[in-house]
Amino acid sequence: MKSNVKFVQGNEACVEGAIYAGLKFFAGYPITPSTEIAEALSARLPQVGGKFIQMEDEIASMCAIIGASLTGHKVMTATSGPGFSLKQEALGYAVMAEIPCVVVNVQRGGPSTGNPTHVAQGDVMQARWGTHGDHAIVAMTASNHQDVFAVTVEAFNIAETYRTPVVLLFDEVVGHMREKLVIPAPGEIPLVERLHTSVPGGVDYHPYLPREDGRLPMSDFGGVHRYNVTGLFHDMWGFPSDNPGVVHGLLRHLVDKIENNTYQMARYKEFCLEDADTVLVSYGSSARSALHVVRNRRARGERLGLLELQTLWPFPAAIVREKCARARSVVVVEMNTGQIMREVKAAVSDPERVFLANRIDGTLITPTDIRNILRLIQGRGV
Amino acid sequence: MAVKDFIRERFFPHIWCAGCGHGIVLNSLLRAVESLGMSKNEIVMVSGIGCSSRISGYLDFHTLHTIHGRALAFATGVKLSRPELNLIVPMGDGDALAIGGNHFIHAARRNIDITAIVMNNRIYGMTGGQFSPLSGCGIMATTAPYATVDQGFDVVELSRAAGATFVARSTTYHVQQLTKLLREAILHEGFSVVEVLTQCPTYFGRRNKQGGAVEMMNWFKDHTTPVGSKAKAENPDLIERGIFVQKDLPEYCKAYDQVIERAQKGK
Amino acid sequence: MVEAQNKPKLKEHRINRAWCKGCGICVAFCPKNVLELDETDKAVAARPEDCIACKLCELRCPDLAIDIITE
Repeated sequence: MKSNVKFVQGNEACVEGAIYAGLKFFAGYPITPSTEIAEALSARLPQVGGKFIQMEDEIASMCAIIGASLTGHKVMTATSGPGFSLKQEALGYAVMAEIPCVVVNVQRGGPSTGNPTHVAQGDVMQARWGTHGDHAIVAMTASNHQDVFAVTVEAFNIAETYRTPVVLLFDEVVGHMREKLVIPAPGEIPLVERLHTSVPGGVDYHPYLPREDGRLPMSDFGGVHRYNVTGLFHDMWGFPSDNPGVVHGLLRHLVDKIENNTYQMARYKEFCLEDADTVLVSYGSSARSALHVVRNRRARGERLGLLELQTLWPFPAAIVREKCARARSVVVVEMNTGQIMREVKAAVSDPERVFLANRIDGTLITPTDIRNILRLIQGRGV
Repeated sequence: MAVKDFIRERFFPHIWCAGCGHGIVLNSLLRAVESLGMSKNEIVMVSGIGCSSRISGYLDFHTLHTIHGRALAFATGVKLSRPELNLIVPMGDGDALAIGGNHFIHAARRNIDITAIVMNNRIYGMTGGQFSPLSGCGIMATTAPYATVDQGFDVVELSRAAGATFVARSTTYHVQQLTKLLREAILHEGFSVVEVLTQCPTYFGRRNKQGGAVEMMNWFKDHTTPVGSKAKAENPDLIERGIFVQKDLPEYCKAYDQVIERAQKGK
Repeated sequence: MVEAQNKPKLKEHRINRAWCKGCGICVAFCPKNVLELDETDKAVAARPEDCIACKLCELRCPDLAIDIITE
């Protein structure tokens, strides 16, 4: 087997993607089902001159990567539901202070301790609204290891391009199952590196004044520009300001910076959508079962299609609306009580066409589950 | 460089109340940093939330004003990823030892080269005068209208037990000692803790009838004594000032460099 | 007297009235009782000739509002 082909867990595919993207600092804390990410990076990072630290809790881990990012490095942390809840305040800080970083949440049964060793996708809304106050967030997911690798690299690229935290919402099934992964050669996937300011020392540098193209060049801690970073609303130099004009402008910037680029950030896959009269919308490990049903029913002449979302936030409403426009019914396949279904209902015309095919008992939703629900929707009973 | 070269002059006068001890800590810290002749580009000041933590905005370093209690966790990320930087982390007593207690003891346990300054005015000032883990028993505060029943931490013993390799205490009255201790703490290669007894006349002083800034600083003069002094032996209630711990143990970032060596050798 | 030579000679008490908040710390702790608060509660050098330039006022000022300038 060529050296770049591996048979790994999804968690390890995420690690390979992060290393490929240029990760140099990881802080984490043990939690099922994401611990393998920390374990693998504790070995891999020092090999590439990077640094790994196991902090005292998930809050500290999130705070540590923000500190490290400010010194010019690509950073990441990984956790699961309970840790993701603990990280929310610091995640909001990274949003406010516009700090590039990647936060992996390998979802498990929730709420609370929930179902640690079993699959669920119940943190989707938490990824969107977990931290307090108005804001925008980027959250991506994947259903197989090759995509986990690619989406992880993309997360770093988006984090650097828009100077923002990016959440990776994986789940226990993809995280723990083993599958083939082909690691691309260096350069095969273009990387976005940290954009540094060209303003020389002694000249006024604005860490928070976007350029014409919207980019926000950074200056590393330790460099020639000394400025302030705060979670308070702030002016273009990073100093606290409660001036209404500044507050409105900054909040508008923080939201628009992401939401105006929804199309650019939208990653999805489609299968047999052209003439589909029933469109399945799914993501993460649920999409594996959904794809199986599509292929299986297509072989029997049913016009079924799948829209697999890889970007969940900002929600690609226009794309979902267009891809479902011609379908008689739209069935959202996910393992929660309809967190993305609600978004799809809001996005498509005639929302009464939208149904939920879900499973919330900790077991991976199966093709049979989906097929039975389709039959119910079509009034044919199981 | 003169002291004024280290401040962001445009933000003065600062927001602290008249007679607030935090301004004296800022004054003393400036003189300590000035005496070290360090470039301002090498210093990263990481502070939390509270009156004390507004100090980072006034100083012309790389400044990171974080969230309540988490300054040391942010600072650990900065330091480990760029060990050549000098990390100074001023915090309030609540910031460092209430919500921040977990990060405080773990930063000490790791012995990572960070200088932690606990600006201890025994009150939450920013939010208007609630008691803190360092208030101690019998203290009046807006959340202790019948006086506190909470024991306070002994920051020195807590730091010693957690593993800090430089631990010192002084007060805003003893500014010359404070500047010397801050200087040594910054130079120390390991986790340094400097506890500073500092006055909050507005809330602590008023609610506990300790008078204004001058009276409170006189209280520091009369109720503290050098470490190991005869006076302490005779009057155990006196609070000791000076250096309690000063030892060299492996510093976290240097130890991690050896991890990198082992990892790359083994490849 | 050798000892007199190295004693700093006071040139000026430079007091930034905008920054001074009239807390009285400098006044109270000046060993030579040189300073006072004026009618607007700003520190002033009432008896500069008594000043021995020990700088304790400058070191203890919470507002960086006093600089002792010596020759």
